[in-house]
Amino acid sequence: MRVVRRISNGKDNQRTMSSDSPNKIRVVNLQKSFGENQVLQGVHLEIQQGESMVVIGGSGSGKTVLIKCIIGLIRPDEGEIYIDGLEIASLNERGLNEVRKKFGMLFQGGALFDSLKVWENVGFGLRQHTRLGEEEIRRIATEKLRLLGLKDVEDLMPAELSGGMKKRVSLARAIALEPEILLYDEPTTGIDPVVADAINELIIQMREKLNVTSIAITHDMKSAYKIGDRIAMLYQGQIIEVGTPDEIKNSSNPIVQQFIQGKSEGPIKMI
Amino acid sequence: MILLAQTFSWIFRPPLQGREILKQMEEVGVRSFPVVVITSAFTGMVLALQSFTGFKRFGAETMVGTVVALSVTRELGPVLTGLMVSGRVGSAMAAELGTMRVTEQIDALYTLATNPIKYLIVPRFLAATIMLPVLVIFADVIGILGGYLVSVLILGTNPTLYIRRTWNFLEFSDLYSGLLKAICFGMILATVSCYQGFSTQGGAEGVGRATTKAVVLSSLTILISNYIITAILF
Repeated sequence: MRVVRRISNGKDNQRTMSSDSPNKIRVVNLQKSFGENQVLQGVHLEIQQGESMVVIGGSGSGKTVLIKCIIGLIRPDEGEIYIDGLEIASLNERGLNEVRKKFGMLFQGGALFDSLKVWENVGFGLRQHTRLGEEEIRRIATEKLRLLGLKDVEDLMPAELSGGMKKRVSLARAIALEPEILLYDEPTTGIDPVVADAINELIIQMREKLNVTSIAITHDMKSAYKIGDRIAMLYQGQIIEVGTPDEIKNSSNPIVQQFIQGKSEGPIKMI
Repeated sequence: MILLAQTFSWIFRPPLQGREILKQMEEVGVRSFPVVVITSAFTGMVLALQSFTGFKRFGAETMVGTVVALSVTRELGPVLTGLMVSGRVGSAMAAELGTMRVTEQIDALYTLATNPIKYLIVPRFLAATIMLPVLVIFADVIGILGGYLVSVLILGTNPTLYIRRTWNFLEFSDLYSGLLKAICFGMILATVSCYQGFSTQGGAEGVGRATTKAVVLSSLTILISNYIITAILF
C-alpha cells in the first residue's frame, strides 16, 4: 500500500511540475562506483517526451551502467533519476516493478529466454501482466513480429535465429506491452552493416509509429547520426557534450572530435 | 539465507507460476527417477550382503531385514537421494540460472517487470521441496525390495521371516523422519544451487564455477544438516 501511495504522489508531483518540466526522463548528478572504479561521476541528462537520445562513448565509459540505472537494474550510489517526475532511485523493488512497465529494453545480445519459443518470448510480458488467453497472446506476438519484418518464426527456438533476427525478436518483445520509453543497448553491434541499417530504420519507425521516448547507447556513429534527435557524449563518467547530430559533428571539443572521427591519436588516451 | 527469506516471501504472492512449477517438478521428480531407482536398489542390495556377513558372526542373520529397512528409511534413502538429485538437478539449476545471468536474461526479466525470484527460483524451490520426499518414498520401497531380493534369492533367507522382520520392527517414525529430511534436503539443494546460479559472474568460466560450487556446497550442506536433523530427532 505504501508503495502505491508513493507512486500516486509521484504522479501528483508530475502534474504540478509539468508546466516547468516537460522532461520524460531527468537524470541528476548520477554517481556509481564498482569498488575503486568510479564509473559514473555526476551525470546530468534530460530527455523530452518523444525524443530520441543517443548516448555515445568509448567501451567502458559507463554507457550501459547509465541505462541500467535508468531502468532500475543497477542502484546508483548517489543522484536522482526522474521518470515522469517520479524519483525512482529510492523506490523499493515493488515500486520499481511498476515503473518498469513503462519501459521496454533491447539488450545487446538480445537476451531472449532460450527455453521459450519465439512467440512465447514476445508474449512474455502479456502472459505475466494481462489476462489474455494463449491464442490472443500468440496473435499479438505474431503481429509485433510482422511489424519488425519477421514471418513464420513464431515456433522457432531462439538458438535457431541469426544475430540480426534475435535483435528484432528482442525488439518485438520490448514493444509488446506498448511501452512509453524504449532503451537500446548497442542496437547495431555485432551484426552486418545491411542488417544494422535495417535495425536503424526500425528504431526510427518505432518512434514514429509508437511515439516512444528512447535512449540508445552506441559507439556506431553512423547509427547515432541516423537515429538520434540529440546525441550526448559520455566521457570519464560525465556527459561532456549534448547536441543535435549537426552540433556534435561541428563540436569544438577535441575529445568529441577524436571520438566521432575514430582516431587513435588525441586527448583520449589508449592504454 | 537472504535468498531463502526472499523466496519464502514470494511463494505466497499471486500469480502462482503454475506452468513453471509443473515443468520443474517434471525435471526434479520424473527425470531423476531412474537415477534414484538404481542408486537405492543397489544400496539395498549391498546392505543386505554386508549386514549378512556381519550378523552371521553372532548368529543374527534373521535381523538383516530389520537393518536394511531401518537404514534405508531413516538414513540412506533420503541422503543418497539428496546427493544424487544435487548432482543431477542442482548442477542443472546453477548452470541454467548462471547462463541466464551472464546473457542478461535475468536483467531482461526485470525489464519485463517480472521478479526473477518469483519466476525462476520459487518454482525450482517448490518443485525440489515437493518432489524430493516423493522420490524418497520410491527409494525406500525399492531399497527394501533390493535387500529382500538379495536375501531371499542369493542368501537363501526365508521370505516370510524376512518380511515379518522388516515389517514388525519398522515404525512410522522411521518413515516420517526420513521424509522430513527429504523436505529439508530439497529446500537446501534448491536454495544453494539457485543462489550459485543467480549470483554468477564472469562469462562461461563463471557458469562452470557456479555449477561446481552448487553441487559441492549443496552436497556438503545436506551431509552436515543430516547429522543435525538426526540429532534433533534422536
